[in-house]
Amino acid sequence: MKITLDQDKCVASGQCVTAADSVFDQRDEDGIAVLLDAEPSPEREAEVRQAAAVCPVLAIRIQS
Amino acid sequence: MSTPDSTTTVIGTLPLKREARCPFDPPPAGLNAQQEHALARVELWDGSTPWLVTRYAEQRTLLSDPRISSDIRNPGYPSPAPRGEGGRSPLSFILMDDPEHARLRRMVTAPFMIKRIEAMRPGVQKIVDDMLDEMLAGPKPVDLVEAFALPVPSLVICELLGVPYSDHDFFQANSKIFVKRGVSAEDRGAAMGALMGYLHGLLTLKLEQPGEDVFTDLARRVDAGDLTADDAAQMGVLLLIAGHETTANMIALGTLALLEHPEQLAHLRDSGDPAFVSSAVEELLRYLTITHDGRKRVATEDIEIAGETIKAGDGVIIATDLGNRDPLAFPEPASLDLERDARHHVAFGFGVHQCLGQPLARMELQVAYSTLFRRVPTLALATTIDQVPFKHDGAVYGVYELPVTW
Repeated sequence: MKITLDQDKCVASGQCVTAADSVFDQRDEDGIAVLLDAEPSPEREAEVRQAAAVCPVLAIRIQS
Repeated sequence: MSTPDSTTTVIGTLPLKREARCPFDPPPAGLNAQQEHALARVELWDGSTPWLVTRYAEQRTLLSDPRISSDIRNPGYPSPAPRGEGGRSPLSFILMDDPEHARLRRMVTAPFMIKRIEAMRPGVQKIVDDMLDEMLAGPKPVDLVEAFALPVPSLVICELLGVPYSDHDFFQANSKIFVKRGVSAEDRGAAMGALMGYLHGLLTLKLEQPGEDVFTDLARRVDAGDLTADDAAQMGVLLLIAGHETTANMIALGTLALLEHPEQLAHLRDSGDPAFVSSAVEELLRYLTITHDGRKRVATEDIEIAGETIKAGDGVIIATDLGNRDPLAFPEPASLDLERDARHHVAFGFGVHQCLGQPLARMELQVAYSTLFRRVPTLALATTIDQVPFKHDGAVYGVYELPVTW
């Protein structure tokens, strides 16, 4: 599983962090999401898919 | 604006009426329209007939479509009430499009980061406990709105923003005017003037006496020339109003909904599991969708969706209260079911304008509901539900008062 995150789209809702906090974080200056792990292990798949589904601007893409 | 055709009937005039016996459910006319089609038409006070988007999938698609504008100055924008004189709307970036929207919004996103909101949790817990100590020591029955639901978010938002709590009555009185329907343009203007005047003063004060708060940060940005003083004051008004009324309404209405579903209340009260409390809050947000007046937008280009063409210049109202009751997205949507996974609801909207304060609202609701029912396990309605005054006329739904006893 490979993840890409479009920070230009991100609106800092933080929902990806709530869904998968080992994969996503937020940068301190403005809360824009950062990717901690672009290739998380398969057991993270459900929470990463949840993060992508609740992102309000569809900034998270998953290539399996 | 295009003429309605046979497949897009005008289903009524906004606001559509709820069924009196079902105060938690969206208006029947909206639910019926949803069964028929993803798009309908509604009539507004000015005789215009914007689209009403009734289904969840189409709502998410449109709310994340850059051809859908939030700019109130665009012709065709479905204005919920006659607009007062004057150019720019007072509600800052929620009525703007990118890139200006993004530039301004990003100036105030940092305090709402998940980790910073989590750091506030012990302070919110203390506020909630203090309010309940006071309530339990006082006479009963008591109005839960006045004693608990309103003061908790007021205290929290004033602290986050850096507004002295002594000015809290002033804010409550003025912010109520903006979320009520049927307020004259003059009264709205006067309230906005009073708030803007106060915030200009506060911004000056924050440069002299800085704190760890949002207004100190905004004051520094004004000082550095990144932001005009007017833009900063408008953002302040937006954050204050958004932080005051929405969470307060959600606390009171959610409490009432749980009192009407005692088994689910008991489950929430007896569960020590933060994950269950969090998921229960998501379901209450979905089930109640207090922002029941619809997200207002206007198309800037023709958009093909659900077999229809939304033409450039057409007004679009995205009824998220209906989307959250769409059976295609939530099985048995009319049931309140704290066990369901409701995290994909659209109670906070969707797209670039999705609620900025949602992490704060979620945390406050998690603390408020779980603490209220744990500390007041015998909490009961001190009237009958048909006597409870619902905010049918409010842009944010809720109850004006909620008499409770224990």
